[in-house]
Amino acid sequence: MIDIHKFRPTMVYTIYIASTPEKVWEALTSAEFSRKYFFGNALEVDPRVGGAYVVRQPDGSVHINGEVVECEPPRKLTVTFNVNWPALIEKLGPTLVSYEIEPAGEVVRLTVTEAHDRPIEDDILSGGRQGWPAILSSLKSLMETGQALSIKMEPPQKMLAALKRLGIQTP
Amino acid sequence: MSSKPDFVYVTFIRTTPERLWTALTTPEFIRQYWFGMHCESDWKPGSPWKLVFADGRLADAGEIVEADPPQRLVIKWRNEWNAEMRAEGYSLCTFQIESVPDASRQAVKLSITHAIERTESKFIEAVSGGWPRIISNLKSLLETGSVVLPPKAA
Repeated sequence: MIDIHKFRPTMVYTIYIASTPEKVWEALTSAEFSRKYFFGNALEVDPRVGGAYVVRQPDGSVHINGEVVECEPPRKLTVTFNVNWPALIEKLGPTLVSYEIEPAGEVVRLTVTEAHDRPIEDDILSGGRQGWPAILSSLKSLMETGQALSIKMEPPQKMLAALKRLGIQTP
Repeated sequence: MSSKPDFVYVTFIRTTPERLWTALTTPEFIRQYWFGMHCESDWKPGSPWKLVFADGRLADAGEIVEADPPQRLVIKWRNEWNAEMRAEGYSLCTFQIESVPDASRQAVKLSITHAIERTESKFIEAVSGGWPRIISNLKSLLETGSVVLPPKAA
């Protein structure tokens, strides 16, 4: 079982969304919602400690494989969030992502934290640092305007090059 | 790896680079998303820049270092109202605006980097809490016509 106290944050992103904690929780745990804001990927979550947390690409293949570590709806969801590439966990350890949903007056403050249990190169972290703002900006637009942003993201080249140097195969 | 406490915030907004530049540099607009505060400047390199509270008191001050509308704005920026933060000296705040392809309409990527030449900074810690609030407000204002956080919640 993951010991979350061994993990240190490498990225913290805070965004305020005009919505309710319950609706934001639903958006963060629903395949239907996530397809709209998460680059077409579908989030499949079994919302209990030990439940599976899977992100599936439009072609059905698994992009992220993980497990629920903390589950306190609608306030907190912590998961292991491991990209499904061979040797990644062996070489870099698991990635922990936590979503904290707090009321801020009538609206919501969502804080997403990515954490690791060992030092990770900035080039590798650049993938998440590029991806999360796009995903969360799109989520905010979806919840506030009914329409997600569908941003065409460039593959994170620095991250892919750094993973290759470590012998981690990427598609 | 940098030991400096730079704050970086990236957001994507459904708007045009020109509209975003206007929102960042027009006092009437700024007041709406910056909790009643506004900026005063002519936005030309070398010109002075001020951030002013709703009651007219000076909050922060500095100078425009670079201005390349609608893509890039760099401000030399020092807090003026808090003695400890003022003593830290000038920070550099860079706004980078890029068009990004969006399936339906145009979107922009706004990248803000707020940096100071110190290993620890109370000022950067303070703006790290402020920027997500201000930029969340700016994004909601441009996309929906209303801010997300009410004006008094500074």
